[in-house]
Amino acid sequence: MMIDLDMSPYAAFVWAAWAISAAVLAGLCLRALAASRRWRHTLSALEADRAAGDEA
Amino acid sequence: MRFTAPLTPWLWSLALCLLVAGATAAFMAPEDYQQGDTVRIMFVHVPAASLGLAIYAALGISSFFSLVFRHPLADAAARAAALPGAAYTALALVTGSLWGQPMWGTWWVWDARLTSVLVLFFFYLGYMALRASIDDEQKAARAAAVLGLVGLINLPIVRFSVDWWNTLHQPASLLRADGPSLSAVYLWPLLIMMAAYGVLFLALWLTAIRTEVIRRRVVTLRARRALEA
Repeated sequence: MMIDLDMSPYAAFVWAAWAISAAVLAGLCLRALAASRRWRHTLSALEADRAAGDEA
Repeated sequence: MRFTAPLTPWLWSLALCLLVAGATAAFMAPEDYQQGDTVRIMFVHVPAASLGLAIYAALGISSFFSLVFRHPLADAAARAAALPGAAYTALALVTGSLWGQPMWGTWWVWDARLTSVLVLFFFYLGYMALRASIDDEQKAARAAAVLGLVGLINLPIVRFSVDWWNTLHQPASLLRADGPSLSAVYLWPLLIMMAAYGVLFLALWLTAIRTEVIRRRVVTLRARRALEA
């Protein structure tokens, strides 16, 4: 079996469904990873501040 | 939560591999003799709809543990499930609409299945809106957990709507007493895509739960610092 990319006459519906799905899933992944990175960075900064304060 | 840290990158990788394999298999499957190429919408619509339902079950069960046992991790799990669940349900609605127009001749009908899935989507939105609208995190968690539990009532309605009422939406093709009604050429790509969506949700969920735990630690540290100042 070969990959069939000719969706006519329903190309607009099929490709729109796949494109929207890909965009939403990619958006979810990027958002989750960006939030994880941001909060880890904030926590590290706070803990470093706290450690510096304790030493002082 | 510590064991999830080494597990999460594997889940991301597995989800990506399954998505690539599922998409390849989906476009290798033959055209359906009745639906033509629109059958390929099934490979993104059914996984999104199934996961939208399953994620709400996870949200509801987490809400139960949060409400009854006051376990903070259960609340974090419920909160972390809401956005992916809403996104999956929205995808089910949009891709279903894109499938409905060429096959049924309409983007939308108020039949029991479509309407109950729309209600499910509103439960997700309501859950997130309620959490965001209450400043006190404990009160927000309790109120949202109650809403999360109430929403569980809708799950059997979504699941059995096609059996209980006459709907334009077709009856179940996978979870049937006499086995799946789908031909193997469609069943396998569909199962791979469902696994991909499921593993992707697990990766998203674990990442979001860890992020929520870190966020709470940050809030605690900031509060402690404000008290010390």
